[in-house]
Amino acid sequence: MDTTERPIATATARAIPRRRIGGMTLAERQAWTGWLFLLPALLVVIGVAMVPLAQTVYYSFTDKRLGALQATNWIGFENYRFLLRDNLWWSAVRVTVLFTVVTVIAEFALGLLIALVVNSRFRGRGLMRAAMLVPWAIPTVLSAQMWKWMYNDIFGVFNDMLRRLGLIEQNIAWLAKPSTALPAVMAIDIWKTTPFVALLLLAGLQVIPEELYEAATVDGASRIRQFLVITLPLLRPAIAVALIFRSLDALRAFDVFYVLFGARPDTQTMAVYAQNNIVAFSDVGYGSAISVLIFLIIAIFVVAYVTSLRVEAES
Amino acid sequence: MNAMDRSRRSALSRRGLFRVAAAATVSGLLAACRGQQATPTPVTAPSPTPGTAATPTPAAARTPAPTVVGTGSPVTYTLENPPQVFNADRARQYSGAKLTYYGDSVGIGAELDQALAGAFQEATGIQITVVPHPPSATETYAVYQRFFAAQSPDIDVMMIDVIWPGAFAPHLLDLSSALSEEARQHYETIIENNTVDGRLVCMPWFGDFGMLYYRTDLLEKYGFTAPPQTWDELEEQARTIIEGERGANPNFTGFVFQGNAYEGLTCDALEWLASTGGGRFIENGQVTINNPQAVAMLNRVRGWVGTIAPPGVTTYQEEESRQVFQGGNAAFMRNWPYAYALGNAQDSPIRGKFDVAPLPATPPNPHVGTVGGWQLGVSRYSRAPEAAVEFVRYMTSPEVQTYRAVVGSFVPTIPDVSTRPEVLAVMPFLETLKDVVRVTRPSRETGERYNEVSTVIFQSVNQILNGADAAQVLPQAEQRLRRIIGS
Repeated sequence: MDTTERPIATATARAIPRRRIGGMTLAERQAWTGWLFLLPALLVVIGVAMVPLAQTVYYSFTDKRLGALQATNWIGFENYRFLLRDNLWWSAVRVTVLFTVVTVIAEFALGLLIALVVNSRFRGRGLMRAAMLVPWAIPTVLSAQMWKWMYNDIFGVFNDMLRRLGLIEQNIAWLAKPSTALPAVMAIDIWKTTPFVALLLLAGLQVIPEELYEAATVDGASRIRQFLVITLPLLRPAIAVALIFRSLDALRAFDVFYVLFGARPDTQTMAVYAQNNIVAFSDVGYGSAISVLIFLIIAIFVVAYVTSLRVEAES
Repeated sequence: MNAMDRSRRSALSRRGLFRVAAAATVSGLLAACRGQQATPTPVTAPSPTPGTAATPTPAAARTPAPTVVGTGSPVTYTLENPPQVFNADRARQYSGAKLTYYGDSVGIGAELDQALAGAFQEATGIQITVVPHPPSATETYAVYQRFFAAQSPDIDVMMIDVIWPGAFAPHLLDLSSALSEEARQHYETIIENNTVDGRLVCMPWFGDFGMLYYRTDLLEKYGFTAPPQTWDELEEQARTIIEGERGANPNFTGFVFQGNAYEGLTCDALEWLASTGGGRFIENGQVTINNPQAVAMLNRVRGWVGTIAPPGVTTYQEEESRQVFQGGNAAFMRNWPYAYALGNAQDSPIRGKFDVAPLPATPPNPHVGTVGGWQLGVSRYSRAPEAAVEFVRYMTSPEVQTYRAVVGSFVPTIPDVSTRPEVLAVMPFLETLKDVVRVTRPSRETGERYNEVSTVIFQSVNQILNGADAAQVLPQAEQRLRRIIGS
């Protein structure tokens, strides 16, 4: 840029008597103009993302309470010290991470399968693609309520089916038993977001050129080999996007858990725990400390994903 | 109450309530007509209200002489005809003041608010903007918190849940000097609940309390002559009925209540403990949750789960238990009064087959019911506190409580109103349950930390219901409560 533009700039400047405006070269002025155009966007980002984030970090070092009349005090790492010894918090971390790992793996596997199916040519493909998005289009609060009824121990449809098939004697209280509660909520999330993963992967599949497969067929590569050496590597960017999106979503899971379990201790996620502390307990300081830790945990996941996917791409 | 329950139950219940209310209204009017023929009533025409002016109902038009209640002011029990504003003379000196009132969110409650505010505005010249509060109590709590944190004058009068006076006391006007006379008419426990450090921070508006619903037809079928007086009897009756009914209905269960980890479980647990000598969690600033009676009772309730209660009861809130009971799948239920009108609705399978009784107790402990309900408070940051107080005076008066009870099935907080025949016609249980001891949650003494206290309680009890031993859980709960209230 410097090498190509400077001569033109000086040439123009020589023609015009005033070669510098406000002591700036044209390149400098262009850079300034660029920043000027960026300014509104930057202000918005600072206003809606950076300021609240900084504020949350600041609050996490205080004992701020919502609606309290007494002054807020700086208490250093006290919130964090307490948090590290808080059983409920660690239980929430366990629940959330387990939920994330299981659902993301399952959604990826099923989503890929579905994407491959709807990518092939068959009658009614358009209808199929639209229909598969239905679970994802239903607001989570509604679908959680719907599943809650299906899981009901007295009149739930699952118990009814199992009973008719003669598989159970006693109705199962799916959401009550600690051993089935988490798998039950995982099933809801997998049902709901697999279509979303499938859609992302389908978009990735559609940009892979048909010729590659034709060439591979001519070379005598089997369908499985084609999948491994053509589809998977070329799908990697789409996979990365899908995995990152889903993991971030799962790590801040709130609505399904909130509708199904409320503040039940053994099924709280990190986000539910943070919300409970801030809204119900008005404990903004402690809730902010929790939010900061959630932020850090999510950051670790993102860094892990980005680096591992990049390393694979280079090797 | 928790985020969902209040909103859900009001939304679902209102239709039913309205139906019952409508029936009561008709019978009230008929009574009025008959009364008029027998003895001439004083010819005081009801003050014109915006409601009647805009939409005169045929019923109201046909009965020019309304029923006479209480103070002698004439009132017809229709939505469009709220009671006369008896304090209009006093309130008119604040004419022109503007008030913002956070009232009921949906359904009949919101309609009653509109009618009452309209009547008050007409009679006094005080302008009232009615803003429905968010349907969820938790949301409403958060909204008020933000108003108060900013010391905002944008809210003057508001509905206050029975567990909030402690938390909001610093931001609410002391009503004791202006409304002391009126306060004496209400149930003492509720006034006590609303009095924080000697300041009466809000006036009782309508009440709620826990009670036992039972199936009259099933008790009769299995030879029980009366509803259970003790928890032993409840267990025995439930077992017998389950044994007999399971053959025909594999889903049949004995007793349903609110076992989910939320505010409702704190209410249920308070009743279990208080009715068996297990105390009231926190008393006189001391944590008393960990005692032998409490351990015994909670372990006993744990034994119900999967035997006389469905295994899923640990996920039930009010509506889940009501659905099971109203569907004819349970012999007993603990719930609030709202389920009464719904159970007797036209399409209810158990219509006419159930009744209510006090919750069981272990003698010599009394029958108890946890107090719920809503109050009206005035913000300290209001620009027109005097006008706001007059509005509260009108809204919480015996006349308005009678009107709201008859038209909307709202449980009065004034004993005198509870015994009026037109109110008992809608809610006969007010008579049968009048001796029940109303117990309050420890919200007043724990103030803004109440939500944390309640969370510890319902999380611990839920853990016990899910199989943990109360003797292990309660000492931990005691410690956590001590840390919160700092004793």
